[in-house]
Amino acid sequence: MSDAHRPEQDAPPAAGERGASLWRDALVRLRRNHLAVAGLVVLFALLVVSLLTPWIAPYGYEEQDLALGAVPPDSAHWFGTDLLGRDLFTRVLYGGRISLLVGFAATGVSLCVGVLYGAFAGYLGGRTDALMMRFVDILYSLPFVIFVIILTVYFGRNIVLLFMAIGAVEWLTMARIVRGQVMSLRQKEFIEATTVMGLPRHRVLLWHLIPNTLGPIIVYATLTVPRVMLMEAFLSYLGLGVQAPMSSWGLLINEGVQTMENRPWMLIFPSLALSITLFSLNFLGDGLRDALDVRASKD
Amino acid sequence: MPLLDVHELTTHFHTREGVVRAVNGVSFRVEPGETIGIVGESGSGKTVASLSLLGLIPAPPGRIENGTALFDGVDLLACGPKTLRSIRGRAISMIFQDPMTALNPFMRVGDQLMEPLQVHQGLSRREARTRVEEMLRLVGIQDGARNLSAWPHEFSGGMRQRVMIAMALITRPHLLIADEPTTALDVTIQAQILELLARLQRELGMAVILITHDLGVVARVCRRIYVMYAGQVMESAATEALFAQPRHPYTEALLQSLPSTHVKGEPLHTIPGLPPDLIAPIAGCPFAPRCASATDRCTRGAPTLRELVPGRATACFRVQDGEL
Amino acid sequence: MLKYIIRRLLGFVPTLFVIATIVFFLIRLAPGGPFDADRNVSDEVLRNLEAYYRLDAPLHEQYFRYLWDVLHGDLGPSFEKPSRTVSEWIAYRFPVSLELGLYGLAVALVLGLCAGITASLRPNTLTDHGPMTFAMAGICIPNFVLGPLLVLALSIHLGWLPVSGWEYPEDKILPAITLGVPYAAYIARLSRGGMLEVLSQDFIRTARAKGLSEARVVLRHALRGGIQPVVAFLGPATAGLITGSFVVENIFQIPGLGSEFVGAALHRDYTMILGTVLFFAALILLFNLLVDLAQAWLDPRVRYE
Repeated sequence: MSDAHRPEQDAPPAAGERGASLWRDALVRLRRNHLAVAGLVVLFALLVVSLLTPWIAPYGYEEQDLALGAVPPDSAHWFGTDLLGRDLFTRVLYGGRISLLVGFAATGVSLCVGVLYGAFAGYLGGRTDALMMRFVDILYSLPFVIFVIILTVYFGRNIVLLFMAIGAVEWLTMARIVRGQVMSLRQKEFIEATTVMGLPRHRVLLWHLIPNTLGPIIVYATLTVPRVMLMEAFLSYLGLGVQAPMSSWGLLINEGVQTMENRPWMLIFPSLALSITLFSLNFLGDGLRDALDVRASKD
Repeated sequence: MPLLDVHELTTHFHTREGVVRAVNGVSFRVEPGETIGIVGESGSGKTVASLSLLGLIPAPPGRIENGTALFDGVDLLACGPKTLRSIRGRAISMIFQDPMTALNPFMRVGDQLMEPLQVHQGLSRREARTRVEEMLRLVGIQDGARNLSAWPHEFSGGMRQRVMIAMALITRPHLLIADEPTTALDVTIQAQILELLARLQRELGMAVILITHDLGVVARVCRRIYVMYAGQVMESAATEALFAQPRHPYTEALLQSLPSTHVKGEPLHTIPGLPPDLIAPIAGCPFAPRCASATDRCTRGAPTLRELVPGRATACFRVQDGEL
Repeated sequence: MLKYIIRRLLGFVPTLFVIATIVFFLIRLAPGGPFDADRNVSDEVLRNLEAYYRLDAPLHEQYFRYLWDVLHGDLGPSFEKPSRTVSEWIAYRFPVSLELGLYGLAVALVLGLCAGITASLRPNTLTDHGPMTFAMAGICIPNFVLGPLLVLALSIHLGWLPVSGWEYPEDKILPAITLGVPYAAYIARLSRGGMLEVLSQDFIRTARAKGLSEARVVLRHALRGGIQPVVAFLGPATAGLITGSFVVENIFQIPGLGSEFVGAALHRDYTMILGTVLFFAALILLFNLLVDLAQAWLDPRVRYE
């Protein structure tokens, strides 16, 4: 009995050790990439600021001053104010909260759905796999921007539904990546060892397969966040996402575009906030891809 | 006058981890029409040396630090890219180790074969076509017309290497550099390709530099042999002399590890240790750490290649002093 | 090859069927209907309208009727804009989106390939980092920011180009750039990656050993393999350029199918939504097929499965 246990103890640590040094190497490589490190720092700062927004924002996001109207940036209003006299700095801060929340939450949804779906398809293989991936293929031919628009139009302009809707269309590529990884890992000997040992299938899947596909998942998830944030901004810009008086970068940019001729600050600051965030996430994602040596397999 | 006279060729790679001293002061020469062999383990710098001559090392990180290589009165290392391009594929051709990857998978075989003629001799496609069919027959590919429109992946490894040879020789070069031309092939095909090379060398009267790790291969076709180790030439000699009486301890060890010299029932002889790390500077003889006859002196100073008897040079203190 | 194309075209049918089913039930099960907005309509008129458009029948019956009509090439009437049928609306609006999409594609290909190939020739030098910085900017500056900024600078301040419209050739410059730049950025990154990979391969060394000029090595030997990732991306990209130009149509007030669709979605115009989705899905399938054919033509090792 004790002999029968030994392979179980041997095999995973062997894989784990290889994993550990792999992660250490990746960290070293990531640190050398200054753009990725800068992206990480900016991102971390954004997260902290977003968490503390209610305490550090100089005004309330709905606080109007109709008498003041739209004024350019000054010492009282760093980014100026909008047509209703609302402080733009405050609204950009609150908008950032929404954008980051949608970005991470929707990515989380797509991650859960995509990873589980892909892992099951890849692990079960055979006809089930073929059927599951055929379904993914079909959804790929759905014009997904249109699909999100339908979802948001029909299910109300509610943030939770918004990121559910975005997450629901963004899981496809994740499922394909994970399936491919699982398929190739399934052949490897340490996974075969777990089958020989008679571990139940769900344990093999959860504890052995998924952790070993982590690299590509992390990279792809990091690159999904900016895509999702862009999608949210795009929907809000079209008036289909976050609704006033709540704030979102897409919404602010839309308001800025309406009046950009005379009040360029209303366009410039929210645009800068969005672009800087997207830059940070993309640089970090690129850096992670190089560091973890994940081949870019864009459809 | 030699066809090619390489003197003190030095090529380094400037990488993030440090300077890799791939080739350190290598000298050799090739007479018109003769076949020489350059032998060494993988990583001994033999391929880098030959690529340096044709300006084919990736730069950066590669850089030719020193040396001259006179070919037909032109210094290949100093003549500039334009002159070099006019020599490559016309006067000097090269064939590579792996015919599976050396042919362009996106181009028809015929187009690839015709290219040197179109570029160097300004032939039209039709003129080039007849020459190509002729050359294909010469390397033993019949039915050239049909094969011209084939894709490389439709050919076997041996066929592809024949195509590579045809492509290299189509312009009738004076010198062919063959870098491990048979390593990636099956044993039976290896013999065919070597025979083909030897026959073409005689028929076309060109000189050949054969680069290989396989002593058996050089023994069959080469007149003289240069033995390389850690980016340096350890010994050079006529083939018969080298096999009959190796002088350098490395050559000796290399010959002993040949399966054909091995006595049945005894374990195969291997050289203890590993080739040196080319990033760390080497103070003494690079082979000293693995050499059974090494003394203190071998780790302190580096021996240079010195001619002992005409046509035979060795880079070993103890051989030069007559101790071995 | 003809057999392969026919098989792929037949495969479109089940895919479109699944999509029609998903979208049909999705939009019908959600709250709200096409005539909610017309509050002054009496109950009787509403009942008549619903009876006329067969909206009072059980849902599954409507579903099968709709499928039957679609099989006969009839996408139904538009509820919101009854002056034309859905097919007529698509035929009326789509050419504008197609034209815009093709201009965008041209911008994306020219800019993207030039930048990507230039960058790949001397990796990690200024001619690499320069174009790649622009590519990153193209990805990180969304087109609803880029478009207005271009209008602000080139139209309002400099007065070189019109602010909006879709009549004269000069109207089409800014929309094409705004639509094409993000795709150009992706194409630049993909072509750089593809070229770098091909340029590091053995057969490129063979080509150089033949004494070919650097231009010939790049154009004749490397390009065909190097642009494979771009070709693979062109399927989704072309579909996106043609179907996803909502924002650009919105910014420049272009009467394309995209803006039509947003209006239809907001008004619960069931047949219009379904018709547009099916039409776009068919387009996407078609572009994917074209891309697969292009890839097979570019890479002789690919066989038709």
